[in-house]
Amino acid sequence: MAKRSWLALFLCAALVFTVVGCSSATTKKGGFAAGLVTDTGGLNDESFNQSAWEGLEKAKKDYGVDIKALESKSDDDYIPNLTKFAREGRNITWAIGYKFDKAIPDIANQFPDAKFGIVDSDLGGKIPKNVTAVTFKEEEGSFLVGVIAGLTTKTNKVGFIGGVTSPLIKKFEVGYIAGVKAVNPKATVSVAYAESFADAVKGRSLAQSMYNNGADIIFHAAGGTGKGLFDEVKTREKGKYWAIGVDRDQSNLAPDHTLTSMVKRVDVAVYNVTKELKDGKLKPGQHVVMGLKENGISMADKHVSPDVEKKVEEYKQKIISGQLKVPSTEAELANFKP
Amino acid sequence: MQQLFSRMNKMSTFLASLISIVLGMLIGAIMMVAAGYNPLEAYNALFVSALFQPYDLGETIRTVTPLLLTGLAVAIAFRTGLFNIGVEGQFIVGQMAAIIVGLKLPLPSGLHAVAAVIAGGLAGAIWAYLPGLLKAVRGVHEVIITIMMNYIALYLSNAVVFHLLAPGADSTEKIPDSASLRVQWLSDLFGGARVHLGILIALAAAFVMYVLVWRTRLGYELRAVGFNPLAAEYAGMNVKKSVILSMMISGAFAGLAGAVEALGTNGYLPIMNDFTGIGFDGIAVALLGANTPVGVILASILFGVLEYGGGNMQFEAGVPFEVIRVVFAAIILFVAANIVEKIFHSRRKKGVKTNA
Amino acid sequence: MNVVEMVGITKRFPGIIANDQINLTVRKGEIHALLGENGAGKSTLMNILFGLYQPDEGEIRINEKPVKITGPTVANKLGIGMVHQHFMLVEPFTVTENIILGDERSKFGLLNIKKAEKEIQRLSDQYGLKVDPRAKIADISVGMQQRVEILKTLYRGADILIFDEPTAVLTPQEIEELTEIMRRLVDEGKTIIFITHKLKEIMSTCDRVTVIRRGKVIQTVDVAETNENELAALMVGREVSFTVEKEKKQPGEPIVKISQLVALDHRGVRAVNGLDLEVRAGEIVGLAGVDGNGQTELIEAITGLRDIESGSIHINGKDMTRFKPRKVIEAGVGHIPEDRHKRGLVLDFTVSENMVLQSYYQAPFTKRGIIQNGEIDQYAKRLIKEFDVRTPNEHVPIRGLSGGNQQKAIIAREVDRDPDFLIAAQPTRGLDVGAIESIHRRLVEQRDKGKAVLLVSLELDEVLKLSDRVAVIYEGKIVGWVDPETTTEEELGLLMAGGKKQEVK
Repeated sequence: MAKRSWLALFLCAALVFTVVGCSSATTKKGGFAAGLVTDTGGLNDESFNQSAWEGLEKAKKDYGVDIKALESKSDDDYIPNLTKFAREGRNITWAIGYKFDKAIPDIANQFPDAKFGIVDSDLGGKIPKNVTAVTFKEEEGSFLVGVIAGLTTKTNKVGFIGGVTSPLIKKFEVGYIAGVKAVNPKATVSVAYAESFADAVKGRSLAQSMYNNGADIIFHAAGGTGKGLFDEVKTREKGKYWAIGVDRDQSNLAPDHTLTSMVKRVDVAVYNVTKELKDGKLKPGQHVVMGLKENGISMADKHVSPDVEKKVEEYKQKIISGQLKVPSTEAELANFKP
Repeated sequence: MQQLFSRMNKMSTFLASLISIVLGMLIGAIMMVAAGYNPLEAYNALFVSALFQPYDLGETIRTVTPLLLTGLAVAIAFRTGLFNIGVEGQFIVGQMAAIIVGLKLPLPSGLHAVAAVIAGGLAGAIWAYLPGLLKAVRGVHEVIITIMMNYIALYLSNAVVFHLLAPGADSTEKIPDSASLRVQWLSDLFGGARVHLGILIALAAAFVMYVLVWRTRLGYELRAVGFNPLAAEYAGMNVKKSVILSMMISGAFAGLAGAVEALGTNGYLPIMNDFTGIGFDGIAVALLGANTPVGVILASILFGVLEYGGGNMQFEAGVPFEVIRVVFAAIILFVAANIVEKIFHSRRKKGVKTNA
Repeated sequence: MNVVEMVGITKRFPGIIANDQINLTVRKGEIHALLGENGAGKSTLMNILFGLYQPDEGEIRINEKPVKITGPTVANKLGIGMVHQHFMLVEPFTVTENIILGDERSKFGLLNIKKAEKEIQRLSDQYGLKVDPRAKIADISVGMQQRVEILKTLYRGADILIFDEPTAVLTPQEIEELTEIMRRLVDEGKTIIFITHKLKEIMSTCDRVTVIRRGKVIQTVDVAETNENELAALMVGREVSFTVEKEKKQPGEPIVKISQLVALDHRGVRAVNGLDLEVRAGEIVGLAGVDGNGQTELIEAITGLRDIESGSIHINGKDMTRFKPRKVIEAGVGHIPEDRHKRGLVLDFTVSENMVLQSYYQAPFTKRGIIQNGEIDQYAKRLIKEFDVRTPNEHVPIRGLSGGNQQKAIIAREVDRDPDFLIAAQPTRGLDVGAIESIHRRLVEQRDKGKAVLLVSLELDEVLKLSDRVAVIYEGKIVGWVDPETTTEEELGLLMAGGKKQEVK
């Protein structure tokens, strides 16, 4: 008896699935449609995935762009997710994060008629004809927060926490060190890498040991690992210990302890590129670099003193005008003279 | 007559699993309704897209492949009395070894892929050797050692990528086609999906497990040691050797899973922030599959469909993927707690009472 | 008055009819024994009475009223209590806490432990149980724990008490105490159903006895009008001889020669301490001794399961000292282990698989690395038939078989391998008379075939009955030899306790 009723239920369910199955969703043609695939961080990562989505939402508001996002649960999902948008015939599909640098060339090759954008990677310079690659001059923003840190520190010791050692994160580190040294040659910068972008516990213990060793300001470029930095600084004396956020304004994580954040305007980049593609002003297959000049990088000011801010503005103008070239590798740092 | 009974017993296990699945999905549906989603639309999106379009079917098979192998790895260890929670770590070293051979050993096409797959299986076996040895010789519980070995594997793999394979980069180069398990005709058959020859390796592994465990002298020994090591020792079997061997066989399956995933799906090895989860999912697959090869095949298909289809469900019905995780968990809970069978039994009892 | 009437009770399990049209009548104030071999269906019947199983057919009347017992709670309400063979007690809890567990009479959700304690003390005094309500279960003896189980049923108001093989876990002293308690209980108006397969206990304790064989009631008899032999015959279904037929025989050459053997126990103490032993072809040597005097370690040392410190073992003239178990087995040593669940069987294996536990790797059971299931099944079928192992078939897990049948399976396996030297350790522990008789016959048969048999047993009766010579082991040494025909229990007891005696050879 019991068996039969269960079976009946199962069959009913199966039947319903198949009947409903006939009406699969397809994109409406006509308007401009953009898709976005996150990396494993997801849409609410309070970082560049979220920022990118905000850019698309603005595009929707301003120009009525049809937008949709897909979150990736693992690296294996990148290709299927991109495929879904490509098959839907989206005018551009954004891949957020350098982790897509293997998937994008494959998928671009497989769907030559679809267009893609990738943030944070130049694909090693080999950009397919239907891909727009966007990168940022992180070293420039890092330089400016370095200036802020160098001028604000009382102990002449500041710190840097990196996620995974890689050329990208090196740009942060190098720019930051250059900025600190430019305004405060006496200051020392201690550097540590967590070798993970998701280990908040490790991030916290690194922050703890840096603060304990005398550092009063720490900048991080470590994704989720960086959350540990804010957890740690919150427990310390207000006005004496500071954290500097990255990618977006992170002051909500520790409102009284966040000196500033170096904001990568992924939203601006995504918005601008989407708009230019829509208007036909930008041809795909190019490498777009967003620096201070392009409004791709900005500072979120929180507790920066006006004097310091003045100095920052000076350096910013120097960089925009090209008077100052910020180093982005260790080799360049070695030869850097402010 | 008795065989009929035991067959009925097997049937009821199968039925209990099936009902657990339906109940798990029902719980997922309730959650969706509570959150304001339409569960029919969601499940429809999940199953239809995972199974009825060639591309998605191909990608589903691709998702199933490593799950099947890690499920077998866990199942074969279970069958021999060991709980190999280190499948994840063995998977990772399998990936790593396969990619190293793929990148650094120039071999002719065909042979190259075979060598890389074998390297992956061997690496997994070697990685499982240590916990097996410690269990056999020092009596250290394999769960503890394998969990720790998982972390070592993760960071070892990252270190190898970072320092040896791709200094300064986030992931290795792609392996040459000669080492890839992807074949054009198979991809074409499935609309360009990344389905690869790993599925054949996985199915073969299921068959190997069946023959090995139930049809060979070695399997007899492994099972005897697993069920009752003291009796096995009394009967003249080498208990230590058996424990080590069964760990290594399990590890080899896990390593194979890593190898086919690396050589078939991605073709490169990234620096990993976290575990892949494929090894841990293998535990769930083995549990749902009742540690039998056929059961593991069916369970891995289900999990693969849910896993891959879950993404489509999010895409088409807007339901967050987390719901699928809830469905996973509910199914596992039902199976692990044997809830369905308990309901059955109380029913049966009641039925008798009315006759009495 | 009949307090319990079970009429036409039938209970089927897959592949077996456990109870077949059973009628049982228990009168008020009697101790009624339920006698049967292991697996005869006694426990099933009592589980039905206690509501743990539902009968497929039949009726139960309690105090002459028909009832439906759907669970233990209902049984409790009807005044039926059960003292299980395996106690269901929470060790860190006190006696009182254990007794009220599941029957917490609370007021506004508050337990009144004091009141319960008083009640338990009163019951304990009334029936002479001598239980301290405040003692922790972990701290009291097994016999005392059993009395807690009895108290538990009394506290719940039981008038009909079922004892499921209560003496299996008790020492002789405790058994005597239990007998007294049971008498006291019936004097106070309780009724007892006593499940057992030990004839002596029935003769000394019970009023009437119902004999069950293979799921059917054979007969209910007054204990006063019967005797052990008659009961045994009823239980087994044929005449049982309590003596073993054994011709005098001249033993042959020594098969086993153990000299100056030293082996350590798990604590590193010399459990076998310079032991010499010789067993000849065609004789049974009994090893008598108090438990824990090195018997286990000696057997393990001989069979390769335990490291040997010094000394030597020769079998058929070959030095077998420090050989691996498999080598020992291949040299012709059979071993019926003292704990069949721990060493003797893989309980989750089928009967077939257990039958080839040592020989699975040889032809015809394995060919080119592949197990030949057909051959193994054929072989198992033959042994099942020859050794009368009662099992539905050879494919069921051996776990489901009764202890006697499991033991018969082990003996079938060991004897059929035709070893020159057979070690039988506690071969009949926990078995009923039918099984014991058949096992004894097998051992004597081996002796008559010219094999050497070493019988290690804690049952003096058994040792004296079967052996041609008896060696007494004390603190890891053989301290004396006695002739079973002429020795007395006193003499043996003295030796086993470490007293001296000159060689009687």
